[in-house]
Amino acid sequence: MSLRHASYFAIMAVLLVGVGWLQSWSVAMGLFNMCLISAIMALGVNIQWGYAGLFSVGTMGFVALGGLAAVLTSMPPVPAAWSAGGLRVLAALALGAVVILASVLVYRTMAKGIGRAVALTITIVVGFFVYRAVLDPAVDAIEGVNTAAEGYLGGMGLPIVLSWAVGGLLAAGAAWVIGKISLGLRSDYLAIATLGIAETIIAILKNEDWLSRGVKNVNGLPRPVPYEVDLQQSAEFLIWADRLGLDPVEASSLFVKACYAVIFIVVLALIMWLSERAWNSPWGRMMRAIRDNETAARAMGKNVTKRHLQVFILGSAVCGIAGAMLTTLDGLLTPGTYQPLRFTFLIWVMVIVGGSGNNWGAVLGGFLVWFLWIEVEPIGLWLITNLTATMPEDSAIRLHLIDGAAHMRLLTMGLILLLVLRFAPRGLIPEK
Amino acid sequence: MDALNAIVLLSNFVLLPAVSYGSQLALGALGITLIYGILRFSHFAHGDVMAFATMAVILVTWWLQGMGVSIDPLPTALLALPFGIAITALLLLGTDRAVYRFYRKVRAAPIVVVMASLGVMFVLNGLVRLIIGPDDQHFADGARFLFTVREFREFTGLDEGIGLRVSQLITIVVTLVVVAALFWFLNRTRSGKSMRAFSDNEDLALLSGINPERVVTVTWLIVAVLVTVAGTLYGLDKSFKPFTYFQLLLPMFASAILGGLGNPLGAVAGAYVIALSEVGVTYAFRKFLQYLLPENLEPSGLAQLLSTDYKFAVSFVLLVLVLLFRPTGLFRGQSI
Repeated sequence: MSLRHASYFAIMAVLLVGVGWLQSWSVAMGLFNMCLISAIMALGVNIQWGYAGLFSVGTMGFVALGGLAAVLTSMPPVPAAWSAGGLRVLAALALGAVVILASVLVYRTMAKGIGRAVALTITIVVGFFVYRAVLDPAVDAIEGVNTAAEGYLGGMGLPIVLSWAVGGLLAAGAAWVIGKISLGLRSDYLAIATLGIAETIIAILKNEDWLSRGVKNVNGLPRPVPYEVDLQQSAEFLIWADRLGLDPVEASSLFVKACYAVIFIVVLALIMWLSERAWNSPWGRMMRAIRDNETAARAMGKNVTKRHLQVFILGSAVCGIAGAMLTTLDGLLTPGTYQPLRFTFLIWVMVIVGGSGNNWGAVLGGFLVWFLWIEVEPIGLWLITNLTATMPEDSAIRLHLIDGAAHMRLLTMGLILLLVLRFAPRGLIPEK
Repeated sequence: MDALNAIVLLSNFVLLPAVSYGSQLALGALGITLIYGILRFSHFAHGDVMAFATMAVILVTWWLQGMGVSIDPLPTALLALPFGIAITALLLLGTDRAVYRFYRKVRAAPIVVVMASLGVMFVLNGLVRLIIGPDDQHFADGARFLFTVREFREFTGLDEGIGLRVSQLITIVVTLVVVAALFWFLNRTRSGKSMRAFSDNEDLALLSGINPERVVTVTWLIVAVLVTVAGTLYGLDKSFKPFTYFQLLLPMFASAILGGLGNPLGAVAGAYVIALSEVGVTYAFRKFLQYLLPENLEPSGLAQLLSTDYKFAVSFVLLVLVLLFRPTGLFRGQSI
């Protein structure tokens, strides 16, 4: 990393400190934590795009799977729901897997023709109805258990930090299925297929109430860090806060955010270190060779489709980890808030702006673009208020524009993406 | 009689909605497939261009309504359609000049152009929300029904009925006209033939003296017509909400791929397959089965395969099936 690139990070730090100075330190710390998570997501996308040139727009789905992992790992199990239909749901899912395996078997073993088509259709249709017949009563029973507060199976009651790894694994599993189907075909197909899997995962999260309460949300996830209320009651902490001259409420909020920041930095550093190792390894060189000239790489005996699958899974897993961390930070899972613009396309802007094919660039992009995403709104509001200051207070146009200031950030992100793509396609910190 | 009732019921709740939704998708998917065939990239901004076009139509509609212009019983939006098409054409040609032409000139990889279309998507998304807001807008006026379920029942004496909404009729008629005109244009006119030639083999087309910039301009103009009509029809039939239009991207792409990317006929067929499956899979067949099955076999539940929110999953599953078994689509792709 050259001096110039290091100075970008310094500027970023100044910007964050500026927010702390002008707005509040709590806001700045919150922003910093989200920047860290965004940086990890950007690293995940960079692994897919920068290393291998894979265009996947399913980041939202993998992030959401990470969120699901946080719930499934950390929430306490609901024994009443388990006894009402837990095993039956598991049986239904196993049955579903058997049906899929059976249809694959039918497809593989039977000779091509009408016979196979009929057998395949019967297997799938009958299988689907049997699956639903087993699943539906169990789902009704589970959702009937204390619907207002539970109505789902709950999780495993393990420490939430473990869920980050689980989130990575879940995302990797989904990526394996999608990659198997759509890699090796035209490059656009992966894009459309991942767009589809992302929407499908969100639909599942919204509808399968027995799994994670659907749109009723799961809140009150356990935390890896202390609670503010406990801190405010701890005598030792109060003494510390007093010594630093801070208000106990603000001090506790800052302390909690700082704890999160420390854990996130550790994870980011770990993933960053691994990514850099991979980038500089023979494996990384092979990936770049495949990216730059697929035909030549294939002629050298590289299995392009397999390597693509591998790198797609790795990148998705990183996105899953980031998703689990995000849900941990929020303390709740709200499937309704997963929007493709925010969770897929914004991450792409981060990678392109930061510099695709450079891990440091992806991290910088994650920081900078998230910062802009949050700060453009107040800046836009300030701008519009000033620009329209000459208009009368109740002017319809003025009010409409002020209302619309919130949407300025979409516009800004689009413009930034277009400008960077056109005039600096290699990004802020280009690939070496 | 029961069988007739069952058919009428199915027509009212599955076939009719699926045909009108399918027509709207078909117009959208045609745009995607044309852009893919001629400009050779996946146009990710399609949903948002559609939202922008519909917004233009809505604004003109409101202006016309304010002036007291009306073509009752038809919706005023039909009158506003040409204005909307003109505005959208300007927008598309403008983005082509400002964004896409550069990448064409440097012969950038298709994926880079796709990225650029992501940028356009963001900008349009923001623009639409800035101008008209993110909320639902209803702009349909004129008569609502050609005939209602009740009138149909009284007329035929059946227990079930079909209600034909004006918006559905307009959708079907307009789609027929537009698609017929498009195919006539592609197959019979000089410009259409040069477009097909360009799509088949770019180098050969250039050698035979076809002006690529002209082909591209004509393509964008056609896309403007298709996308504005599609968006307006969808808005009249349901309602206008920017986010919903953005989400139409997936079924539209699924339709285009299902039919074979770059193949217009395929896009239309794919759109109807997607629409019929979406509506069919999420419809509760209970009443339909009650008419057909003997009493002791009647289903106890709703007999609904999947809940309504899974409609995106339907596009996705069909897409996956195509990719698995016939990656070139139902019809061979990449030829106009």
